Amino acid sequence: MTASAETTLAPPDEAGLAMLVAAAHTAREPLAIEGRGTKRGLLRPVQAARTVSTRNLTGITLYRPSELIISARAGTPIPEIEAALAEHGQHLIAEPPDTRAIFGATEPATLGGIIAANLSGPRRIAWGAMRDHILGIRFVNGAGEVLRSGGRVLKNVTGLDLCKLLAGSYGTLGVITEITLKVLPAPEATATLLIEVPDIATGVRALSAGLGSPFSVTGAALLPGTPTIAALRLEDFAASVTYRAGRLRESLAPFGPATLLEGDPSRSFWREVRDAAPLAAQPEDAIWRVSVRPSAAPAVALTAETLGGRTLLDWGGGLVWVAAPATAEAHAALVAAAAVTGGSCTLFRAPAALRLTVAVLPAEPAPLAAIARRVKAALDPAGILNPGRMGPAP
Amino acid sequence: MIALPPPKPEILARRAEIVAALSAIVPGDGVISDPTRLKPYETDGLAAYRQMPLAVVLPRTTEQVAAILRYCNENGVRIVPRGAGTSLSGGALPLADAVVIGLMRMNRILEIDLDDRLAVVEAGVTNIGITNAVSGDGFFYAPDPSSQLACMIGGNVMMNSGGAHCLKYGVTANNLLGLKFVTIEGEIVTIGGAHLDAAGYDWLGLITGSEGQLGLVTEVTVRILRGPEGARAMLAAFNGTEIAGAAVDAIIGSGIIPVALEFMDKPCIHACEAFAHAGYPLDAEAMLIIEVEGSTAEQDDLLNRIKAICERFNPISLKVAESPEQSLAIWKGRKGAFGAVGRISPDYLCMDGTIPTSELPFVLKRIGELSTQYGLGVANVFHAGDGNLHPLIMFDANDADSFHRAEHFGADILRLCVEVGGCLTGEHGVGVEKRDLMTVQFTARELDQQRAIKTAFDPQWLLNPAKVFPLQGDLLPPLAAE
Repeated sequence: MTASAETTLAPPDEAGLAMLVAAAHTAREPLAIEGRGTKRGLLRPVQAARTVSTRNLTGITLYRPSELIISARAGTPIPEIEAALAEHGQHLIAEPPDTRAIFGATEPATLGGIIAANLSGPRRIAWGAMRDHILGIRFVNGAGEVLRSGGRVLKNVTGLDLCKLLAGSYGTLGVITEITLKVLPAPEATATLLIEVPDIATGVRALSAGLGSPFSVTGAALLPGTPTIAALRLEDFAASVTYRAGRLRESLAPFGPATLLEGDPSRSFWREVRDAAPLAAQPEDAIWRVSVRPSAAPAVALTAETLGGRTLLDWGGGLVWVAAPATAEAHAALVAAAAVTGGSCTLFRAPAALRLTVAVLPAEPAPLAAIARRVKAALDPAGILNPGRMGPAP
Repeated sequence: MIALPPPKPEILARRAEIVAALSAIVPGDGVISDPTRLKPYETDGLAAYRQMPLAVVLPRTTEQVAAILRYCNENGVRIVPRGAGTSLSGGALPLADAVVIGLMRMNRILEIDLDDRLAVVEAGVTNIGITNAVSGDGFFYAPDPSSQLACMIGGNVMMNSGGAHCLKYGVTANNLLGLKFVTIEGEIVTIGGAHLDAAGYDWLGLITGSEGQLGLVTEVTVRILRGPEGARAMLAAFNGTEIAGAAVDAIIGSGIIPVALEFMDKPCIHACEAFAHAGYPLDAEAMLIIEVEGSTAEQDDLLNRIKAICERFNPISLKVAESPEQSLAIWKGRKGAFGAVGRISPDYLCMDGTIPTSELPFVLKRIGELSTQYGLGVANVFHAGDGNLHPLIMFDANDADSFHRAEHFGADILRLCVEVGGCLTGEHGVGVEKRDLMTVQFTARELDQQRAIKTAFDPQWLLNPAKVFPLQGDLLPPLAAE
């Protein structure tokens, strides 16, 4: 049973949210933390009678295009932020995926939710993850205190970086209430080189060759199938894109025959890769995100294939999306395949039964797990924030 | 002067025993305890502060580092980690009762993988050493602090170092994949690895920039990038700092992200020109150095766009490099800026605040007023694209009053940075230098939260004490979690 069936409280502002958390802290009462709840199917279900949502903490609070920064409250829907940026010819650098199709959500994700899950799209390979562009956050810790980390400037090493600690902590260390991000000008032009490659291993080598070229590839994905397609994206001023597409095509010619997608078809191609649409996951499939060094990707893909699954490779092979039957055996096989080269495997979507029985995230070595427990206690002394979200509560 | 905590007498009394124990862990010439040989370790890049350590230990392996930490933890001995000792914030300043762990002997490059675009190196490899190891194949390691010839990657990780090219390529934290991390208990753990965005809490992000407060790093897996086909610089000089600031806004607003965008004010232009003879315009109030990358045609296109933008702001001088040699000449003065100021003043303090770029004219005006108030010269050099300001305050270390005024001047500048929406440090770290200013930027609760996280890693507060956090009582009260 997920928290959504129980009471959801959506305070109108940060102060109201802090009061709720403080009261729950005193009562030692667990809370499920969410934005619009679009990623409830991600990781493990939370065991809590009450849910606190940031959905009413909305609005862009500061946008300075010439300073490359935007601040917004955590509950602001991602499309609202993207639209505001587009008006000034800018964009979210890490192009976070729209996971509505994957999780069957009807509402768009919130900025806070995307940050709390540190979800990044194809441009991550060239320009960094969501967590890399967080300049500052405001959050409520597990004791109900409103705190800040970072700020609103592009370079800041003052004090411990709690922005990065809270990004990807899935609401277990604090409730993020406002975020300041670095943004960049959206490119004038884009083009994608599509290369037919004989197999996944050749495809990954083609992506590596492209990423290792001087032509600033900003997306590198592999779509296994008949035929298997290696896709490399260029984004910049139009003349640059034309020039580099020509040079890239020349240098990657040995990998297979190529075609070029330009403009809008290129943009929609990468939106689909971003949202893992080419994975074509069936409703009953589980979905994993496996992060490995690119040269290890073909072995992970092979494992997925033997499980009767499908794959989509992004980040030059560094991210392997897998859709396969939702079994504990499949999970164990993928975890093992990732571990061969020290990579990590996240169970991204699965029926609750599977999510509750396997480790959805890789276990940490004992000394780190001990530190993790103490850090959790430092931020959330009563252990009330999203218990069980990342693993069974101790 | 910033206060250091009193040494623990019981540790000072056990010095011989501690040295013997460390010598057993790192045999041979691994431990330094005689005063003459300890002398080079008494300070770092913040040379106004000096303190001889209890001893220096120079391990060669991660296992030795782990054994040293285990011993120190069990015996309550404080630890100061050190790379090349280039910290400008006193991050490696010793304490009288602390053991300095110098990682310079851990200087091997363990793996280079061009296909996966990564390098695994020990903490004592220099920043430039990584680039040198891969530059033959056209690759480089992106963060480039000005101390890159000397500074070590372990120190870069601990301070989250930046450089002149981070507008495009990011700082250290954005260019790492994994760490070998040693806890205060002497446990060796792998953080991240050779892959992006390891699952679980972002320990990599938390440890990077933690200034030695959480543990030691002995190995680093960095991302390496293929270099561009070429790069070229241009120079644009203006009649006023606010005009140059507006030109910066217009360049960024046009959709161009130059790989570097540096700003120098008049005193800095004069100091650099006298030093480097780079052909800088001496009548300008402010000057920009702008660098772009790509093929020759792409460079031409970008430089023409930037030139056209600058022309709207009535530049005094616009000079586009026609060759790599001319680019080098334009950069020569900027790269020598610190040395150039060192020639016109016996000593200088290099500040490191960051401000919203729109506040630049106001901040420079206020710095000018403070310069008059304190009777000390200042030259400003500034990473204009990202708002990271480096005022160089000139003083004479042989004159105690001059140093005292310089410190107050610097603190006022950093307070000003915070007041206008910026921060105390953009890339040099808090160290000992800015420790007592942390209350300007953070509330007491925010600092307590950071302290509690430090305590989660280092319950006895033995790691790099007296840095980052304002002293409380003797040194700390490690806060209970609840």
